[in-house]
Amino acid sequence: MISPRYVREIPQRYRLEASKCKCGKINFPLRLVCPSCKSREFETITLSDEGKILTYTIIRVASDIFSRETPYAVAIIETKDGGKLTAMIADSNLDDVKIGKKVRLEFRKIQDEGVSGLHCYGYKAIVT
Amino acid sequence: MRDVAVIGFGMTKFGELWNKSIKDIFVEASLNAIENAGVDHIDSMYVGAMSSGLFVGQEHIAAVMADYLGMAPVPSTHVESACASGGMAFRQAYLDVASGNSEIVLAGGVEKMNDGADVTAALATAADQEYEVYNGVTFPGLYAMIANAHMHEFKTTSKQLAAVAVKNHLNGFNNPNAQFRSKISIDTVLNSTMVSDPLHLLDCSPITDGGAAVILCPLDMAKKFTDKFVKIIASTQASDSIALYERKSFTSLNAVSNAAEKAYKQCNLKPTEIDLAEVHDCFTISEIVVSEDLGFFNKGKGGLAVEEGKTSIESGEIPINTSGGLKSKGHPVGATGIAQIIEVYEQLTGQAGKRQVKNARIGLAQNMGGSGASCTINILEAI
Amino acid sequence: MIGIIGYGSYLPRYRIKVEDIAREWGSDPASIKRGLKLFEKTVPGLDEDTITISVAAAKNALKRAQIDPKDIGAVYIGSESHPYAVKPSATILIDALGIGPDVHVASYEFACKAGTEAMFVANSLVKAGEVKYALAIGADTSQGAPGDALEYSASAGGSAFIMGAENVVADILFSNSYTSDTPDFWRREHEFYPRHAGRFTGEPAYFRHVVSAGKLLLEKSKMKPEDFDYAVFHMPNGKFPQVAGKKLGFTEGQMKVGWIAPWMGNTYSGSSPTGLSAILDEAKPGNKIFMVSFGSGAGSDGFIFNVTDKILDVQDKAPKLRDYLDNNKIYIDYGQYAKFREKIILNK
Repeated sequence: MISPRYVREIPQRYRLEASKCKCGKINFPLRLVCPSCKSREFETITLSDEGKILTYTIIRVASDIFSRETPYAVAIIETKDGGKLTAMIADSNLDDVKIGKKVRLEFRKIQDEGVSGLHCYGYKAIVT
Repeated sequence: MRDVAVIGFGMTKFGELWNKSIKDIFVEASLNAIENAGVDHIDSMYVGAMSSGLFVGQEHIAAVMADYLGMAPVPSTHVESACASGGMAFRQAYLDVASGNSEIVLAGGVEKMNDGADVTAALATAADQEYEVYNGVTFPGLYAMIANAHMHEFKTTSKQLAAVAVKNHLNGFNNPNAQFRSKISIDTVLNSTMVSDPLHLLDCSPITDGGAAVILCPLDMAKKFTDKFVKIIASTQASDSIALYERKSFTSLNAVSNAAEKAYKQCNLKPTEIDLAEVHDCFTISEIVVSEDLGFFNKGKGGLAVEEGKTSIESGEIPINTSGGLKSKGHPVGATGIAQIIEVYEQLTGQAGKRQVKNARIGLAQNMGGSGASCTINILEAI
Repeated sequence: MIGIIGYGSYLPRYRIKVEDIAREWGSDPASIKRGLKLFEKTVPGLDEDTITISVAAAKNALKRAQIDPKDIGAVYIGSESHPYAVKPSATILIDALGIGPDVHVASYEFACKAGTEAMFVANSLVKAGEVKYALAIGADTSQGAPGDALEYSASAGGSAFIMGAENVVADILFSNSYTSDTPDFWRREHEFYPRHAGRFTGEPAYFRHVVSAGKLLLEKSKMKPEDFDYAVFHMPNGKFPQVAGKKLGFTEGQMKVGWIAPWMGNTYSGSSPTGLSAILDEAKPGNKIFMVSFGSGAGSDGFIFNVTDKILDVQDKAPKLRDYLDNNKIYIDYGQYAKFREKIILNK
């Protein structure tokens, strides 16, 4: 992971920072233009770490970076305050991953850049 | 804007073309198209390719192809929209002629996926790098999430998904250029390795090398070259959020329905008046969802429709993917959109052999990129 | 008084039982359980490390301290499994918790007592008036070489303590240290696994330092073992702390609540700090706690805490140590354990 690209995403990946538009739309990550109403003024918010699964899949064939972790589930999650994001599911029985299930977002290591590169962190979801 | 015709086509076999470079493939397809159309020159050319850079380390691909086709100094333009690169190249070519800017234009597409690149990583660049791929999502994973949502909301079944693959293999069996010419059964699909629940290996289109090209010219010039020509009666395009999680619905692709609505309006036709469609079946679920978003079936009924044979060549209300689709014909990313146009053209000019749909007069080609973030629809009519 | 204003712990969910390790190496699980008093231990997931564990523990400490993270002036993580050899673990933690940028950060290493070193320094900084609050964490995901005795105990987990001068839940009344050059256990740069000197790790190392530090702390404080409600010592296994505590005059009853190694394993820098966390979860106002850590190489840090009535306000504000220790456990077998802990080198 290239350092400048990684550092720019830290507030979003580490702290779930998002932007709320006056039209109500929550943009995660932050944007310059609201896709709903085209406004360019936003309030910075922090997403709730509680949410629910909107849809998911269990990935069995992954790219090299994630090949040690298969099979793993990824899900599209809607947070309690209306934000949406895609996250890997951690520490959960794959049978428990279903549409509608509640999850909690936690700070986890997402990937390693080989043996000498960066450790890259972010959010994962635990089925609660 | 003046009317535009497609007057000829050419393509290579789709498959693992070890002995051909990306240049060889594009040139072969283009020369076939030029000869087939009977033109002696072109005014401009478009090259659809998702990423010659990631696959073979070569950018500036439009210039490379103009050079190797012996066409320099003719203007050559690279068009990229992930898996919709070919269809978008076709649309740009159409606009080039329709606007009066050019007369004879070549629209080609190519991809060389088997030269040793990390294909999974390259294809994943069509998704959101920082918020989907970073978190472990794969391409099949995105469509698998669409499938799970569709199955949850509409009770679509794995067997219905498999029926898409079975039908497309049946059609591809009769396509001399197809990568896979083998009939398969529902059980074969359901027993194949699970890639990303609920999509099995045989629910997914393959990795392919291939090239395809068509020649366009003003409609009133077409007779000069050939009596086998078709008219472009609609050409539209739409976009949507790059990330799947941003979509308003996971069971419907807005870029498709938006482009479709505009297309039907452009040619003043209803979905029921389309005789056949080439649709972007990168995964079996994609064909089902798109068939609904194109208005062929009500939302949620696409799975049932394919199960009931409504999209087959013989009994079908609306034959879909008579070429074998991406599943059986192969999916050399940049070439796919052009290959779809070629199938529609062959059907409308009575050249589809054992795949021929009776009385095919109006055909639709739908090409999309990524998880549906871009889509182009082109409708052709037999003259 | 100055001391702990918020505390919290985190343990991973995965567990492996002593039997499942013993079976692989042809050892007798009953002897190990009897000899070391270990039954099962925590195992970190592939996506967990000292940093993610520290963030989780610190989040719990912040829930209890109820302060603005931006008022934390120093963050020290003590561990012997920092993910980077050069780049302090806490540089990532502060951005995850919204601390800083006006904050001092460093990684501490002193084998199993890096966490208590961090606690001593954090407390001292607040005492000196240099910072308003200081955060000290002891966390580890340490490794035992396959087939080595340490494999039964090396586990993962951590605890965090925020030191401050207001709303203190546990005053630090006294502290001391006892250090010498005693090479009982070490790891050379670039080596993956540590080495140890067998039985030399007992009397000359663990017991000499823990008991000496403990005796000197009692003298310094002019207190006697009977004055304490709880005692917790570094727990390399279940047996050593009980023997050390007895040598110092403490009873099993006093040590019971903090004695969590048999089910947690040895979380190294997180060991006695996590035992302390378990005690704070149940302690009552006025309770006195005696704590001595041990780090190989070697040294011991001693602390005497006085629990204040503010403890009752904070205990329920975050998950308790026993919530992590007892609930939602996922048992794995040796093969999964070896994969998680990268004992099998995967073809890259």
